[in-house]
Amino acid sequence: MTDQRDIGGPRQPLLQVRDLLKHFPLKGKGLPFTSPRSAVRAVDGVNFDILKGETLGVVGESGCGKSTTARVLMQLINQDSGELVFDGETVGSRALPLRQFRRQTQMVFQDSYSSLNPRMTIEDSIAFAPTVHGLPSREAITRARDLLARVGLAPERFAGRYPHELSGGQRQRVNIARALALEPRLVILDEAVSALDKSVEAQVLNLLLDLKQEFGLTYLFISHDLNVVRFISDRVLVMYLGQVVEIGSSDQVFDQPKHPYTRALLKSMPSMDPLQRTMEAPLAGDPPNPINPPSGCRFHTRCAYVQPVCSQRAPTFASDDSGHGVACLRYEADTASLFSSEASHA
Amino acid sequence: MHDMITLRDLQVQFFAPKKLIRAVNGVNLTVGQGEVVALIGESGSGKSVTLRSIMRLHSERSTRISGGLEVDGKDVLKMSQRELAALRGDTVAMIFQEPLLALDPVYTVGAQIIEAIRRHKKVSKAEAHKQALSLFEKVRIPSPERRLDAYPHEMSGGMRQRAMIALALSCAPKVLLADEPTTALDATVQIQILLLLRDLQKELGLSIVFVTHDIGAAAEVADRIAVMYAGKIIEQGPAAELLTRPRHPYTLSLLKSRSHGAMQKGQRLETIGGAPPDLSNLPAGCAFAERCKYAVAECSSVQPRDETLSPGHVVSCLRVHQIGQINPVAAAAH
Repeated sequence: MTDQRDIGGPRQPLLQVRDLLKHFPLKGKGLPFTSPRSAVRAVDGVNFDILKGETLGVVGESGCGKSTTARVLMQLINQDSGELVFDGETVGSRALPLRQFRRQTQMVFQDSYSSLNPRMTIEDSIAFAPTVHGLPSREAITRARDLLARVGLAPERFAGRYPHELSGGQRQRVNIARALALEPRLVILDEAVSALDKSVEAQVLNLLLDLKQEFGLTYLFISHDLNVVRFISDRVLVMYLGQVVEIGSSDQVFDQPKHPYTRALLKSMPSMDPLQRTMEAPLAGDPPNPINPPSGCRFHTRCAYVQPVCSQRAPTFASDDSGHGVACLRYEADTASLFSSEASHA
Repeated sequence: MHDMITLRDLQVQFFAPKKLIRAVNGVNLTVGQGEVVALIGESGSGKSVTLRSIMRLHSERSTRISGGLEVDGKDVLKMSQRELAALRGDTVAMIFQEPLLALDPVYTVGAQIIEAIRRHKKVSKAEAHKQALSLFEKVRIPSPERRLDAYPHEMSGGMRQRAMIALALSCAPKVLLADEPTTALDATVQIQILLLLRDLQKELGLSIVFVTHDIGAAAEVADRIAVMYAGKIIEQGPAAELLTRPRHPYTLSLLKSRSHGAMQKGQRLETIGGAPPDLSNLPAGCAFAERCKYAVAECSSVQPRDETLSPGHVVSCLRVHQIGQINPVAAAAH
């Protein structure tokens, strides 16, 4: 299927994210213990590409900036600095005004209930955005019903229902149908299956795979569930405290993780075998506060390989030829010799 | 040695406007001294309701509990309010999914623990403070002295969960009920809390009932696992046996979707079609029959009975002998 909207050809990334920065200032006055200039450094210099037709998985602990990144990508909130380039055009420029960009990028949220208007039937909810973008309402309703059928909800039974009359899995199907109503090219799924029970989650994941193929979609799939991310993603991006620490193909990141944080994250998955239980927690403590992140490498306070240099120098992100990138001083030419191959402590 | 918890044909029903919700429909479960039992199942399967009924936490006015319910040899259903108050905290304590909601936001965590200790034991404030401090050390909270003076919102999620465990242990209970204690936590913190629970259990000889929807978490802590569906335990057995040789079709499909390597890229996931039944309108036969690929006509009219396959391994399925054994862990290894 050739998409007429495809400008730069298949090798041009669909979305390029450059030096993205988003800090949320804390109001100094009135709140005790905060200096007037402090801010939550939610996204702090993030660079990555989303390739056409791929699923890019994003993993990381809560507070690492996954969701803020997604919201900036959707331009639901504005970045402090940095650039988004969608298929070669800068988002918000004259060539690609926000309105044009938004109809090509849609989002599905975790909470299927709060993201639907409780006073609109699901058919109207799905038809709403196309009407706003100029489709006659009769056609919009036809499209809504087609999409409902496509996501597995028979329109004759479900079209007139309200969100509270549906189960969580059915509501998430509605949200997916609504996201597709504008025929987007990029769909951002922010913990879209996390609130569902396992058996329903599997149904929705299968649906997402089918829809991707049928509509030629590109997904940004954010989740804390590593099993699910591995299943659905072509490439995976690992975030820690507002920064990208590792990017690679799904197999690279899961089978040959480079960054110590990625390794610890993978080791934290329960073993599923009572005879081979985890004996020691791979990481101690909670993630540090993004208001006042550690100096140097942000992971150095919890890292098993930590050396004195880690607290003084921030690593730079570098990729090898296969596209496997990591931000860690152990892989930088001039500092690699400071590290022994084994973890220095547990 | 007697059992710490005995549930015999436990039924819990809620009165809702114009209907009766049968949340728990005949649960049989025993938990021995120092044993960890995980109750797993999807939302609405009755696992949390079962757990809460052990302490009789449901509103008396809108709930009917029947069947046998004994804790430490005493009949909980016959207890007066005064006896219940003594049971809660002293014999049985509970930890919840969201410590921010379970802890009081306007008191420091230290004050809440001291209050709990002095409510149950006649000790001075200074002595209670000392005990609270040692509890904080026990749950491995760094700089415990300072943390006792912290308010819940000043702590991180993992720290709050540790504080709640300390609070639950403050009166040296024999039984700990844990309702999805790690669900709201990040993976790296979840494993820390699971290991802590495992260590405390060994050290104090606690009996633990651990409710979760995450089979992985259950595999990390449980001696035995019981799988619930539509208010019934459909299969229970020793953890290793249940995970490697599941016999109920529902357990089989649950495990197939979660065992390592089962989610192969490029393949479609095997799903259980349909949805769990309406608890106010349960079918006459097996509640899983409608979604079960092994079901025959008899399944939808006859209630399956518990059948013991090997010591401790009990399955409730009419067709258990016709369904071959599979080994999902071994199958996934290839």
